[in-house]
Amino acid sequence: MAKWFPHNVSTFGGDIDSLFWLIFWVGLAWFVLAEGLILYFVIRYRRGKSQKAAYITGVPWRQSAWILVPAAVVLVLDLAVDAMGAHAFEAVKGESPQPDVRLRLTGEQFGWNITYPGPDGVFDTPDDLVMLYEMHVPVNKTVAIALGSKDVIHSFFVPALRLKQDALPGREIPVWFKATEPGDYEILCAELCGFGHTKMRGMLTVHTDESYAQWVRENWEQ
Amino acid sequence: MMSETGHAEPTSFFRRYIFSTDHKVIGKQYLFLGMVMALLGGLMAYVMRWQLAWPGSQVPGAALLSEPAVVDGVVTPPFYNALVTMHGTIMVFFVAMPILLGAFGNYLVPLMIGARDMAFPRLNMLSFWILFTASSVMMISFFVPGGAAAGGWTAYPPLSARPLLSGVNWGMNLWILGLALEFSAFLLGGVNLLTTVVTMRAPGMTMWRLPMMVWMQLTAAIIFMLSVGPTIAGAILLLLDRVVGTGFFVPQQGGDPLLWQHLFWFFGHPEVYVILLPGIGVLAEVLPAFSRKPIFAYKMILYSIFVAGVLSFLVWAHHMFVSGMNPTLVMPFSVATILISVPFTIVIFALIATLWGGSIQLPTAMLYALGTLTMFIIGGITGIFNGSAPVDIYIHDTYFVVAHFHYTLFPTVLLGGLAGFYFWFPKMFGRMLNETLGKIHFWLTLISFNAVFLPMFALGIGGHVRRIYDPSTYDLLKPLHGITTFVTIATVCLLLSQIPFLINIVVSLTRGERAAANPWRANTLEWSTASPPPHENFVGDPVVMRGPYEYSVPGADQDWLPQMQDADTATTR
Ligand code: HEM
Ligand SMILES: [Cu+2]
Ligand SMILES: [Cu+2]
Repeated sequence: MAKWFPHNVSTFGGDIDSLFWLIFWVGLAWFVLAEGLILYFVIRYRRGKSQKAAYITGVPWRQSAWILVPAAVVLVLDLAVDAMGAHAFEAVKGESPQPDVRLRLTGEQFGWNITYPGPDGVFDTPDDLVMLYEMHVPVNKTVAIALGSKDVIHSFFVPALRLKQDALPGREIPVWFKATEPGDYEILCAELCGFGHTKMRGMLTVHTDESYAQWVRENWEQ
Repeated sequence: MMSETGHAEPTSFFRRYIFSTDHKVIGKQYLFLGMVMALLGGLMAYVMRWQLAWPGSQVPGAALLSEPAVVDGVVTPPFYNALVTMHGTIMVFFVAMPILLGAFGNYLVPLMIGARDMAFPRLNMLSFWILFTASSVMMISFFVPGGAAAGGWTAYPPLSARPLLSGVNWGMNLWILGLALEFSAFLLGGVNLLTTVVTMRAPGMTMWRLPMMVWMQLTAAIIFMLSVGPTIAGAILLLLDRVVGTGFFVPQQGGDPLLWQHLFWFFGHPEVYVILLPGIGVLAEVLPAFSRKPIFAYKMILYSIFVAGVLSFLVWAHHMFVSGMNPTLVMPFSVATILISVPFTIVIFALIATLWGGSIQLPTAMLYALGTLTMFIIGGITGIFNGSAPVDIYIHDTYFVVAHFHYTLFPTVLLGGLAGFYFWFPKMFGRMLNETLGKIHFWLTLISFNAVFLPMFALGIGGHVRRIYDPSTYDLLKPLHGITTFVTIATVCLLLSQIPFLINIVVSLTRGERAAANPWRANTLEWSTASPPPHENFVGDPVVMRGPYEYSVPGADQDWLPQMQDADTATTR
């Protein structure tokens, strides 16, 4: 199943994946235990000719321990998952580290507008560069995105980054990531936004430093 | 407790079968309505799945649909969105609730507590007919210009708040109207049920002697009534946004789209418990009867359910981890969500422990109960992935979620519903169902159900988002296409697996063996009266002497002790 996850290329994606696998293995153990018990009981206590059922009410503590102990163990495991989760969530959705690149991403029925501040590094000036569907960023640099929407709720989802954030009209939501490998990664819209929802395919291109410099030269300085 | 002068049995066909006030007839009406809607909801799933596996190809049977929903037999994107929306809406509100609460609640609760009918029989009739109207409104909405609602069953604004944004005008208004009617029907039904259980129990039927099914119906009704208010308010605001042009949920007019999500999920999460609890109620009746054992830790199960019920009001924002709501609120909701697994561990292990040391028989009803239990465990465990906020960042709105909630809903609603159906059919219709057909039906359903939904976890992990019309748009999903196709073929198998069931119903209703009063040798009161029960349920006045699960009591000369020992003691009071 490991290979069913798209290859991770973000700094925080690894934590999400390990948390997933932690829950997976713990969950699998409980699954095997619970289903195994059911199967065993059904086979072992299948009605025979003379077999009589035992009168077990589960009321005395010695009996109810059979359900309370598993619950206590689950409680401990829950708290462990929560404790690890708090850290991983904070990494993704908490304060962004100092950004190297800033851009604006605006969802719209049915496309993604990506705005670069241009050579002056300031938004809303004539040298801003707006691209449709294409996001270009350098590798190993912190990218800070101001995520918004023009009309309905969309959701910015890059599976390879393990990153998803709804884009709301009327709000600017800060999102950040640092991509660790150059390449092209698909952007999906994860929130139903109308009949063209399926078409909101964007592309994130993570460049090496040289190719990013070249891309900037070609696109920003005409 | 009960008036001696009940109403006389009506004689005209209309008063008897259509506008009946008899809870047993009304229960069957709910059952029938729920089954018809399940068929429609299932067919919608079939059309969606076909489009996903073979995008842009003709759907076999599409000739029955007309333009503009399909063009040359191919589903259009707006129609796909309408199908997703209406499938979810129908399955939750017009299949799960009618069958689990409407049918089982109405049919069983008065019988199980030893009452002659519900507390308010005419109100009961009204509830059903309001629900019937609601279902009709929902189905009619497919045929108005612009088609049915297409914003998902969660109807997130602004998409749902402005006709121009979704292209759906009247369909969405009718969706709100239909839901409002549905809510009213079950609010009235809930009041009725609550009053019935509180005031109409037979002498000796203390609260701690209530069969678990009654407790579950009661708790479900209370949770529903306490949670639905904010959503009704939200639905009214949404309707105003749509038809009057207010902007409660529209940011350009100072509104807030997240407000709707809070109002919706405050109800939407408890709603899954409303559905789940009656399903657990079925298990709690069927497992003891076929293990010949008392249910394990009766009170502990109830306390756990109460705790889970309270927690269910504190977790709604787990549906909103990536919505843009305040991140500091995320961890408390994540913790509360994951903590729900503690009371449910108690419930599940108590149900498993009920099998321990039993004398287990495996008729179809029991197979379905075991199927429900084993499959629901998968739903419960996979919920932890969603509850963990960081993991949810990745799997939110993917097929992983679709797989997860179908592993909770399908077992409780359909497998649990079928367990109840096979169990109480003899009581309801006075005939036994055919066991061979039943077992064929069970195994086909169980296998194809897993073939449909297990692979969806893999799709979600691969990044397949939900509610998309054409997965072939994405390179990422191309390697997964084989799985997608497999799921669709399995869906067709799942639907075809219901044929033995339909045959079974028809054959058994006309030619099935006549059912005795108590074919399963079960303890609860409904089995102490004839199958089907007479107009006012019991010949004498039932008097209850013990709890509902006294199976295999040491020293007793048979392995069950009915709550009402025998007709003689009962009639003489
Ligand atoms: C006959 C078996 C069923 C099949 C094959 C099936 C299939 C599907 C599929 C493919 C979707 C997702 C569509 C998409 O995201 O594009 C879906 C959504 C959904 N299903 Fe089912 N389903 C079945 C039964 C049920 C049952 C029994 C319930 C509940 C009682 C249910 C409740 C839902 C809900 C709430 C949604 C979400 C709708 C939305 O996204 O707005 N389904 N189903
Ligand atoms: Cu979208
Ligand atoms: Cu929830």
